Amino acid sequence: MPDLLLELFNEEIPARMQARAADDLKKLVTDALVEAGLVYESAGAFVTPRRLTLSVTGIPATQPDVREERKGPRVGAPEKAVEGFLRGCGLTSIDDATIQTDPKKGDFYVAITEKKGAAADKVIAEIIPAIIGKFPWPKSMKWGRGNLRWVRPLHSVLCLLGEGEDAQVVKFEIGDVTSGNTTKCHRFMAPDEFTVTGFEDYEAKLAKAHVILDAQHRRDTIAHDAKQLAFAKGLELVEDKGLLAEVAGLVEWPVVMMGNFDEDFLEVPPEVLTIAMKSHQKCFSLHDPKTGKLANAFILVSNLVAKDGGKKIVAGNERVINARLSDARFFWQLDLKTRLEDQAKKLEKIIFHEKLGSQSERIDRLQSLAGKIAAIVDADPEQAKRAASLCKADLVTEMVGEFPDLQGLMGRYYASAQGEDGAIAQACEMHYKPQGPSDEVPTQAISIAVALADKLDTLIGFWAINEKPTGSKDPFALRRAALGVIRIILENNVRLDFADVLQSHLKLYQDQRAPGFGKEFEPATLQSFFTDRLKVHLRDRGINHDLIDAVLSNSDHDDLVMIVKRVNALNDFIKTEDGTNLLAGYKRAVNIVTIEEKKDGPGIEYSGEVDESFFEHDEEKNLSAELKTAKAAAATALKIEDFSAAMAAMAPLRGPVDAFFDAVIVNADDPIIRRNRLCMLNQIRKTLGQVADFSKIEG
Amino acid sequence: MPTQSVPASLVPERSFQGLILALQHYWAAYGCALLQPYDMEVGAGTFHPATILRSLGPKPWNAAYVQPSRRPKDGRYGNNPNRLQHYYQFQVILKPSPKDFQELYLKSLYAIGIDPENHDIRFVEDDWESPTLGAWGLGWEVWCDGMEVSQFTYFQQVCGQDCAPVTGELTYGIERLAMYVQGVDNIYDLNFNGGEGEARVSYGDVFLQAEQEYSRYNFEYADTEALTRHFEDAEKECQSLLDAGGMAQPAYDQCIKASHIFNLLDARGVISVTERQSYILRVRNLSTQCGEAWIKTEAGGADA
Repeated sequence: MPDLLLELFNEEIPARMQARAADDLKKLVTDALVEAGLVYESAGAFVTPRRLTLSVTGIPATQPDVREERKGPRVGAPEKAVEGFLRGCGLTSIDDATIQTDPKKGDFYVAITEKKGAAADKVIAEIIPAIIGKFPWPKSMKWGRGNLRWVRPLHSVLCLLGEGEDAQVVKFEIGDVTSGNTTKCHRFMAPDEFTVTGFEDYEAKLAKAHVILDAQHRRDTIAHDAKQLAFAKGLELVEDKGLLAEVAGLVEWPVVMMGNFDEDFLEVPPEVLTIAMKSHQKCFSLHDPKTGKLANAFILVSNLVAKDGGKKIVAGNERVINARLSDARFFWQLDLKTRLEDQAKKLEKIIFHEKLGSQSERIDRLQSLAGKIAAIVDADPEQAKRAASLCKADLVTEMVGEFPDLQGLMGRYYASAQGEDGAIAQACEMHYKPQGPSDEVPTQAISIAVALADKLDTLIGFWAINEKPTGSKDPFALRRAALGVIRIILENNVRLDFADVLQSHLKLYQDQRAPGFGKEFEPATLQSFFTDRLKVHLRDRGINHDLIDAVLSNSDHDDLVMIVKRVNALNDFIKTEDGTNLLAGYKRAVNIVTIEEKKDGPGIEYSGEVDESFFEHDEEKNLSAELKTAKAAAATALKIEDFSAAMAAMAPLRGPVDAFFDAVIVNADDPIIRRNRLCMLNQIRKTLGQVADFSKIEG
Repeated sequence: MPTQSVPASLVPERSFQGLILALQHYWAAYGCALLQPYDMEVGAGTFHPATILRSLGPKPWNAAYVQPSRRPKDGRYGNNPNRLQHYYQFQVILKPSPKDFQELYLKSLYAIGIDPENHDIRFVEDDWESPTLGAWGLGWEVWCDGMEVSQFTYFQQVCGQDCAPVTGELTYGIERLAMYVQGVDNIYDLNFNGGEGEARVSYGDVFLQAEQEYSRYNFEYADTEALTRHFEDAEKECQSLLDAGGMAQPAYDQCIKASHIFNLLDARGVISVTERQSYILRVRNLSTQCGEAWIKTEAGGADA
């Protein structure tokens, strides 16, 4: 079966678009093939800065034939009906239709059209130009006099179909390009056009002429060579996957080299050096295990095997890196001349959000809230306020202006440099965290206070102006903020009174903005937003949402720490054999009570106490006694918030509940005894209900 | 420029003006009309009507020129080794963009002494947008051994109009290139004329004092009230020329003027964030109308 080789050769594709483009090309072409009845064996897509390549193997030589039958009117139907039928199926005469007989309907006309499957190359010659013409590039352009849109000018299209040496060009035109069997290799090292016979030949010729087709292969080569080069100098590569992928998208033939920079720049924080080399120059940093610090060297990846061995390339890169680091040091030294409290004054002019005021108004709120939370987390409120007052000051520094990713971190450096307490300096960095489900959570009290204040201020503010996340839109990253609050609270056991915080912080907003600010704010919606986030958070940890619902429906929503403790205890209990069986018994009891209550009509319920004098069986007596014991034990445990003990108190009920159902007929003939037994079942619900609403649990 | 015919002092490795001459020679030989700088203050070579206006409409147009570019905010009183408020750009405009545009560009680098066998030349994504000119295009910044030496853009829209055919624009930062080719770390140390000893003229000899003086002017002394008035005058003049009709180019001059005054006001730090946006929109409004007026003229291809 024939194979397809397609190469779209163009001017340099932006690195960030390459991987996606390869995936899209593969999906669009293979989907179109299958749609056309050409079911292939395998497909692989490849991308370099200058080419987008697809190899599809095992394509049938022709499409399957298609036979279509269309039922028409009965024989002898009015002429108009027959005419309409002929028109509809594209027949010229009724003689072209067949007559079929149906035992009920009699004879009727049937039009049978048979469509021969087209040769695969014909199909492909239609598919490919259509796909190129509407390829989903994030940004595309026109060039010259043409009307085709592509990521950058498209120079040639190689399209071959066939087996081995017999592969033929699939002919088509797109823009001013005609498909053919030629392409070019490396721009500088092998610029001449060459002919290709198939994928193997293509890949081999490229490799020989300095093009590694596979991006993963280029990444591996760069990573390997960089580590080797570092190792040879007694250094270690500072690995960076994002940078590696980007660099592999900037070269067709990676040549890894090492350069040095002026040692004096090491006085600048290492993160600054690394980001300056990475963001502007796409160079990797190196770590010196002997000093435990950055080395004054870097790894660059060029696209050329230079005649002079790379001397000029290294020298050129060293000059640019030195100039970049010189700028970075300039910013560092300049920033150190201004104290953070003076920088913070400039925040007045920076709008946080049109409806929520300036950054400095925000700082005022953060101070107040951080001070309040500090008292809860055993931190010094004055220190927390100080940290809050400085934590955003680095936003106006030269360094953060140049490298926004360094916000927070620079705050820490500048705070330490001006002699702030270590905890305050740390809070300048850590209050932004955690930024996602796997990011680090602050654990130091001052950091916790400021981090919670930062996130709660954001959430309350945006909730008050009704800027809530909807669907996939969450422009202010409020989901991330809520998850951050949840993680900080849970991992540090912070017992926060949400209702109180919401109230007092909204008041603060109103004092700042206007008395009517956030009039329509409903705290309940923000609380349920937290609950939803909590469910997502726990789900990621393998806990089903039904357990959370079971706990939420009978406890105070506010206290996340308590909720999660209960959920965990419940989760552990449900997994035990006793737990599973007790849950089954519980469900049986509740079902019976519900059914009977319904049967007996409105107004009847079996919520009363059980009367021991109506007991007929030991099993009843026994269950009643056990229920009382369990109830008392659970209550004691709950008082001291020992949820595992409360669950454990329920475990002994399993035997008596099972025994009760085995021995006792609930629906006794005597209505008083029936009532007493139903009340007993209800006691099971009530007793277990102390720890969670078991009816919410699935399974 | 064939090396043997060039006096030693004009080899690009030795002189700034030699580099300019080499680029001019190369693009003139290709067939570009070799223009002179536009006689107005502009922030980039793109503002020259030979780029902005000529990239509109259907008529082919190939031109090259040096354009002094003024960026008041970038002044550093002559203290920074590579940041200036006045510098040169070498601009090449090819319409429609030729199929071998990248090749042509690379050969121009070879012409100024950058040897492709020993230098790592890369096209790195960098799209261009000018809000004041209502213009955008896709392309790259070109790196030579990690240093950005040129901007390479395929114009898609200019003055709010779609470009058909598409113009290819090349902008060489010639001081940077010269520093690279001459192996100099401080811009003011560039050899300007290629002379030695007494005969040597450095970039600093020509421009250092100007940088010091203009930095004072741009940041401290420019009369902001007068500038605000001048902005409004230019805006009014542009509008009335447009309203009168048949004066697309004089109107565009006023648009350029307004744009430069805006840059000066910005350097003086008197424009707030919200005002900034409104100034940009005001200039854009003018440039868009100039573009519309231009395509109604003969050079703009109205008769085509």
